[in-house]
Amino acid sequence: MTDTSRGLPERPMSPHLQVWRWHITMACSILHRACVVGLWVGAVILAGWAAALAAGPDAYAGYTAVLGSPIGKLVLLGETFAVFFNVAYTIRQTFWDTGKGFQPRIADMTGAMAIAFAVVATIVTWVIAGANGAF
Amino acid sequence: MSKNDIFQPIQFRTPLSRARGMGSSHHGVSHFITERVSGLALAPLSLWGVYSALKLIGADQHTVAAWLGQPLNAVLLVLLLVSALVHLSNAVQVVIEDYIHRFTSKSALVIGNLFVCVLAGAVGIFSILKVALTVTGAH
Repeated sequence: MTDTSRGLPERPMSPHLQVWRWHITMACSILHRACVVGLWVGAVILAGWAAALAAGPDAYAGYTAVLGSPIGKLVLLGETFAVFFNVAYTIRQTFWDTGKGFQPRIADMTGAMAIAFAVVATIVTWVIAGANGAF
Repeated sequence: MSKNDIFQPIQFRTPLSRARGMGSSHHGVSHFITERVSGLALAPLSLWGVYSALKLIGADQHTVAAWLGQPLNAVLLVLLLVSALVHLSNAVQVVIEDYIHRFTSKSALVIGNLFVCVLAGAVGIFSILKVALTVTGAH
């Protein structure tokens, strides 16, 4: 602990995407980053939804019509997946914070579980949405 | 390989650096902890958000306003929006810092990210409170 190296320390570098073998844990990491950026947009959409609601019936009808359009539905489908994947990933990260789940086999398994949960939950949500008259 | 091998601190850091505890970002671990804690808050709130969205599909403005007039819904929606914006502004800032290396572009994007999130929070909370506090007896 007391030995202090002189000069530039050998810091560990995070390998670049190009030189990484594609596997489930790095796919989850990249997917999570994409989901986070997507959810950032989703939070702005949510704030806009509240503003439209406050602006009155016409504004709200217009805003929900945009959300209900094919492109709007596609965006909301992506947001649904991002929400569920982020929930699963948060649970995974919380176990990591306690020092558990880093063994390659476990990390692979929890990554696959996070993706599977997000896919299934998204499908279930949109089936319910369809039953509630989304289509 | 024993379970703790990856946690062994190697001599990457000087004792003074360890004592300061500021890390490579020069402001300690507060950013990381903010992300973790806001993420924990966001997980149940976002599930409630999906549940609420499913309930409100196809509802007109009066119905949704009446829904938001219930204190529990208004409070939970404010908490959802705030925890989401705190969590996501921090998370997106890290993405920007990781991929954008030119100082001016990076700074502009980090500041822009903050401004958009604060604006969305201000507009969103004001709108929620306006609806929640003015809605009267609509069903």
